[in-house]
Amino acid sequence: MNDRMDVRKTHKMFINGKFARSESDRTYNWTTPDNKDSINICHASRKDFRDSVSAAKNALSGWSARTAYNRAQIIYRCAEILEGRSAQFIEELRAQGLNTEDATEEVRQTIDLLVYYAGWADKYGQLFSSVNPVAAPYFNFTVLEATGVVAIIAPQESGLLGIIAAIAPTLVGGNTCVALISQDHPLCASSLSETLHTSDVPAGVVNLLTGFRSELIEPFSTHMEVNALLYFGENNDEITQIETNAAENVKRVSICTNQDWEDKSSLSPYAILRTQESKTTWHPIGF
Amino acid sequence: MALSETRIDQIGVQERVARLQSRSIKNDSKIEALTLALSMIDLTTLEGSDSPNKVRQLCYKATHLHENFPGLPHVAAICVYAPMIGTAKKALQGSEVKVAAVATAFPSGMTSLKTKLDEVKIAVQDGADEIDMVISRGRFLSGDYDYVAEEINKVKEACGSAHLKVILETGELVTLDNVRAASEIAMTAGADFIKTSTGKIQPAATPEVTLVMMQAIRDFYLKHGKQVGLKPAGGISKSKQAIQYLVMLRETLGQDWLKPDLFRFGASSLANDILMQIVKQNTGIYQSTAYFSID
Repeated sequence: MNDRMDVRKTHKMFINGKFARSESDRTYNWTTPDNKDSINICHASRKDFRDSVSAAKNALSGWSARTAYNRAQIIYRCAEILEGRSAQFIEELRAQGLNTEDATEEVRQTIDLLVYYAGWADKYGQLFSSVNPVAAPYFNFTVLEATGVVAIIAPQESGLLGIIAAIAPTLVGGNTCVALISQDHPLCASSLSETLHTSDVPAGVVNLLTGFRSELIEPFSTHMEVNALLYFGENNDEITQIETNAAENVKRVSICTNQDWEDKSSLSPYAILRTQESKTTWHPIGF
Repeated sequence: MALSETRIDQIGVQERVARLQSRSIKNDSKIEALTLALSMIDLTTLEGSDSPNKVRQLCYKATHLHENFPGLPHVAAICVYAPMIGTAKKALQGSEVKVAAVATAFPSGMTSLKTKLDEVKIAVQDGADEIDMVISRGRFLSGDYDYVAEEINKVKEACGSAHLKVILETGELVTLDNVRAASEIAMTAGADFIKTSTGKIQPAATPEVTLVMMQAIRDFYLKHGKQVGLKPAGGISKSKQAIQYLVMLRETLGQDWLKPDLFRFGASSLANDILMQIVKQNTGIYQSTAYFSID
């Protein structure tokens, strides 16, 4: 069997439920930290982003209308599939420079995180909704709704946990998203897409792009169809750029740091609240 | 009248369409094409639920496409059912936007010739500038071409000075040979425009049938010297499609046809998509339908 040919993986992006190369046909060359291997990764253009946003927009009404219970099932299924494929993810994390122990830990933590947020799907509503006292003959109550299409600039430092930590709370809350994967740790993007694909996450609900943050931050923050933006990082120039651009259509912007995903203590239903809108209803009551 | 002498090579048409659609129109040319397409739109509402207020709103839109972008053209016409002509005329007073009305038992065309002629006359009396009629597809498909021709001829007479657009409803004509034949019949019988579809039948306008109709118009012009217009309608909702149609038009019929007098888009949501593209080209920011009028 020694003369068997290498079957190398083609790393693609995930747009509208399909595995796609960049429409620009561009790739960038990514080299493993040990310099032993180099891989072509799709280099997304602003048009890839535009296509992803329209896919996310189309998927929004269906996804947010699903029952919370069903969203929980699907996110839990992501955890199941990830568990079954953990060896592959460990391998990919190792190729990105982690030792076996750290890689195993990151995969476990990712799976646990999915299970954690899946559980919240039909519970965070109870926690954050309220019946409000008002001095008038109204029954006044506040409920949460999905913000809409969420653009995510995933943590630069993590190839797996960081991405899922950004996506999972967003999905739980009924949003759809387009995420830009770390430029330096892009290797898990394809396998992660396969995981989402086989977990019955409907097409367009999650779109994963690989490419350069410096290039895509502008369309991510200006696109009028995007309702919220999650930024993971601490670059002040980028943060200023995002916040200025987001003002154009009053996007909800959340700036997150490594503490928001690195360890278990960061798990919190408040992460779901980043992409929720509260709706208050005044319902007349008779005498 | 007999079927057309010209036979259509279906694969050839598909390949020609594919080649023309691969053209890339960017930057200044794109803005120019989009602006031209905007001026060619017949803004349409043809629903059983149409109300005078909906028509008034549509007319307002026809004349005020985007307040923040002065210098944009107005659309060519608005297209409504006959009972809405009066409302539309009044709402469009003082503008150059034409009022087109569908008639002849739109969309099926299933009624007597006399009823159709009365309908057309009343529509013209009410002030319609353009009449969109449907051909009797049942008669056409059973080979009664003379009937179809005569019907168009009579309707043309009834139109008087109003422009006549003849809807072939290509989605029901089955083959491209039939599309070619129906185009020739309509043009010979006096149509000012030929139009692909009612928008009520799928498939509506496709690039393939539109190309065949363009070729028929070209051959008719070369033979008789009369410029007949073309209106693809239904299913054209994106700017990119509109530009592809314009490329086809330019390459088949030439520069002369690139004006609203000879080419129209029958569409309702196309206008907003073009406006979004124009704003995108000007600002560099991708737009959302949430910030454009609902229509």
